[in-house]
Amino acid sequence: MLELRNLTFEVPVSEGAQETKRIIDDLSLTIPDDRFTVITGPNGGGKSTLAKLIMGIEQPTSGQILFNGEDITSRSIAERANLGIGYGFQQPARFKGMKVKKLLDIAAGKKLPMLACNEYLAKVGLCSASYLTREVDKSLSGGEVKRIEIATILARDPQLAIYDEPEAGIDLWSFDRLTETFRDIHEARDGRSIVIISHQERIIQLADEIILLRDGKIAATGTPEELLPTLGFVAKGVPGCQLTEPTELHLTEIATTC
Amino acid sequence: MAVDLSPIDEGLLEQIANIHGMPKGAFNIRKDGQLVQRSSSANIEISTKTDHPGIDIHIAPGTRGETVFIPVIVTQAGLKDVVYNTFYIGEDCDVTIVAGCGIHNESHQASEHDGIHTFYCGKNSRVRYVEKHYGEGSGTGERILNPVTNVIMEENAHCEMEMVQLRGVSSTVRDTNAELGAGAKLILTEKLLTHDKQTATSNMKVELKGDDSSVQVISRSVAQDDSVQIFNPLVIGEAACRGHVQCDAIIMGHAKVTAIPGIEAASEDAQLVHEAAIGKIAGDQIVKLMTLGLSEEEAEQEILEDFLN
Ligand SMILES: Nc1ncnc2c1ncn2[C@@H]1O[C@H](COP(=O)(O)OP(=O)(O)OP(=O)(O)O)[C@@H](O)[C@H]1O
Ligand SMILES: [Mg+2]
Repeated sequence: MLELRNLTFEVPVSEGAQETKRIIDDLSLTIPDDRFTVITGPNGGGKSTLAKLIMGIEQPTSGQILFNGEDITSRSIAERANLGIGYGFQQPARFKGMKVKKLLDIAAGKKLPMLACNEYLAKVGLCSASYLTREVDKSLSGGEVKRIEIATILARDPQLAIYDEPEAGIDLWSFDRLTETFRDIHEARDGRSIVIISHQERIIQLADEIILLRDGKIAATGTPEELLPTLGFVAKGVPGCQLTEPTELHLTEIATTC
Repeated sequence: MAVDLSPIDEGLLEQIANIHGMPKGAFNIRKDGQLVQRSSSANIEISTKTDHPGIDIHIAPGTRGETVFIPVIVTQAGLKDVVYNTFYIGEDCDVTIVAGCGIHNESHQASEHDGIHTFYCGKNSRVRYVEKHYGEGSGTGERILNPVTNVIMEENAHCEMEMVQLRGVSSTVRDTNAELGAGAKLILTEKLLTHDKQTATSNMKVELKGDDSSVQVISRSVAQDDSVQIFNPLVIGEAACRGHVQCDAIIMGHAKVTAIPGIEAASEDAQLVHEAAIGKIAGDQIVKLMTLGLSEEEAEQEILEDFLN
């Protein structure tokens, strides 16, 4: 079980500035075991930041994070990983010289048999053993690297897995396979929780609970039945682009005669 | 002529040539400027040069699937060993050549080995060349390796060269020159690791003389601590040819890396490309591996190992 208590994350408005802005704003949340949660919300709402705070990649300004009752707020990334938290990045890293097989081995924490590797790849729609000897570098396409990222979390099999927009850049066929995979993990109900950050209705529909995150706050929570009908409304209800005046821009210095 | 090998010698040989005891087939093992043991095979004949120190290796046309080992070790301080090794590889061969030099130096005097290797690759032959350089020992004496590699490739010859400097080499100046005939293909991979106050300079000149010849130069290096590296690869296209030069360096600590990849085209049908990138280990790579349970140091180590695999 994951518990967030009054989590706040602030960053300076600009580099070196005293003034700060809140990315995550006094957020409290509990994710029980066996729960399939989808976090959705507008771009820039703080979804990835929240995931990074849970994984330990960012440190909260204040608040607490508890995992299975233990306060892990000051634990390192690796410690959290070893306690059973996993995070599939929105933008996966690429590694020159590292083979896909090696990355899966590192993820699993042991040398995996080829067959197991192929199964993880198949679960993300990469149905060719030839991927195992490919390098996780620029030679892989965006969708390939994204699916390998997801496969690393499958191989790691953490108690709490957070996937950050797993659908991004993935073709329809792989997406089908992936939703099946998530459903299978969920239906096993063996104490694992899945958190998926997503904008995809198909994924949102799988959720036990949807969390709508906006401006670093939970704007709404509910089941798909409760929330889905309002999501479109909520999205449409967001006011259009309100341009704020950049502070460092002096409009008078820009010629307006042309 | 038999010189006994100590455990230190055997350790060096394992590092540079991955051999345990005497290899099978053709080989020549040199220690401190002297021959330890040599063996020729039916197709590969190794003989002592008459004009310079060193050996001539004649590989008969059509030789396939054979490997020849010519490792060198230096354990004597104050020694400067200069050796000329010339390979004559016949037509239609398919062979592997394993070279390398390991220096063990416990003293304050310098040890130096300069190997001048020349390869004549016959028509349609395929050659794989692996060379590893390694230094060890607690002495303050410098461990110097200045290799010169010359490759002359005839029509449709195919050559893959992997030259690696593992660690422990105080100073190195590497000169690599190649000339490619029509249809010849060369893949030149150089991997260097420098640390402490070490310096490494690598000069390469590849001349694409025949139509349809191609070269791929891949340089990967890691510069740690206060070490300094300079890369000067130059590819010259004089025919309808293709050339690609790629320099990639990871820089750490107070190290300094200069990469000056050059391309020179003297034919309008030459297609030459170069890329160079120097940077520290990307933060997102370290973070990713940490989310998989590795400590920061373990993550860094893993990334460097794979980069230089
Ligand atoms: N370290 C940081 N420094 C400055 N600003 C940050 C930092 N981290 C996040 N932000 C800002 O916080 C906001 C939330 O970012 P975040 O990546 O969490 O959004 P998101 O909800 O994941 O958006 P998306 O749907 O586009 O992925 C953005 O405006 C982002 O620019
Ligand atoms: Mg995001």
